[in-house]
Amino acid sequence: MNFDWMAWTAPTAAFFLIIFCLLVTLTVWEIRNPGGSPRLGILRFETTRGDRLFVSLLGAAFIHIIWLALFGDALSLWWAFAIACVYAVGVFRWV
Amino acid sequence: MIVKQTNQKAWFMVLPVFLVVAFSAVIPLMTVVNYSVQDTFGNNVFFWVGMDWFKELIHSDRFHAAFLRQLLFSGIILAIEVPLGIVIALAMPRKGWGVPVCLISMALPLLIPWNVVGTIWQIFGRVDIGLLGHSLASLGIDYNYTQDPIAAWLTVIVMDVWHWTSLVVLLCYAGLCSIPDAYYQAAKIDGASRWSVFRYIQLPKMQRVLLIAILLRFMDSFMIYTEPFVITGGGPGNSTTFMSIDLVKMAVGQFDLGPAAAMSLVYFLVILLLSWVFYTVMSNIGENSSNGGGR
Repeated sequence: MNFDWMAWTAPTAAFFLIIFCLLVTLTVWEIRNPGGSPRLGILRFETTRGDRLFVSLLGAAFIHIIWLALFGDALSLWWAFAIACVYAVGVFRWV
Repeated sequence: MIVKQTNQKAWFMVLPVFLVVAFSAVIPLMTVVNYSVQDTFGNNVFFWVGMDWFKELIHSDRFHAAFLRQLLFSGIILAIEVPLGIVIALAMPRKGWGVPVCLISMALPLLIPWNVVGTIWQIFGRVDIGLLGHSLASLGIDYNYTQDPIAAWLTVIVMDVWHWTSLVVLLCYAGLCSIPDAYYQAAKIDGASRWSVFRYIQLPKMQRVLLIAILLRFMDSFMIYTEPFVITGGGPGNSTTFMSIDLVKMAVGQFDLGPAAAMSLVYFLVILLLSWVFYTVMSNIGENSSNGGGR
């Protein structure tokens, strides 16, 4: 099977691999601790683990876009990645 | 220790849907992500450009203008269609021969394909042969959607209201029909006004269907392509070039697959974010009103 048309690159493959690993981790977590651990966070609405992952990933995407808009070539995108990781930890801890 | 046995066979039932979604959505989305960081001149030859297309897009006036037009269009559509849909649903009969007549009349615009709706309104609005355009011209109103941006916007908005308000009406009507008579009887005994009945009985009971209606109308209007493309082709100038039209121009017209892929991803993220915000806010309003708002 030829996947040339999908134009794979190592960075994009790594990106999807990380997303896939996150989904697998959440699945294993759910099997071990079913119910999704719903809770009322600082946003005052109930979220489950899946919601928190979704908010983390969506927020991470926007953090990267805003970083590009503000700093462009001036500062490395790895800084945005670091902020996104901190943000994700915050979401899983408090949201 | 008690071990709870769970039957996992249901996963096999989900497998066909999973495969269809993977084939029709996940794999194309992965390809778009791959394209967004590369440039190509065809023949499956790609050059790595990193985040260049995203940087170009974020600072592009063309993208900003299309994005603002899209937001404005969706805002106007929701501001008109949702209240109008509720009012029509409230005015529809609940019993008798009027019910099927109203339901069928409401369903008719929804059955017409997008490109046909576009063609109907394209002809309807023409000054030379269209009933609307010709009538307005006869009244001395300067209306020409091919030259005047305001006329083009009005035509596209009125067309969308004509096409899609029915969806909001039908959903609200379904919500209203599910309210037991006992609620109205209790309100009557309490001497509740028409407004109180609407505010404290009908609106809370319609909350779920309204959520679906708003989400569907937002997503659909934010992705609108066919109707404005058929009516105005994105013009006059770029006045009705919404994001999807701009995207197609970029991807198919200019064959700029990399920038178009980057734009698709940003477009997708914005839809995802706004839909999530709508969903979360409205479901929480519903939760709060069902927990403590029942007066």
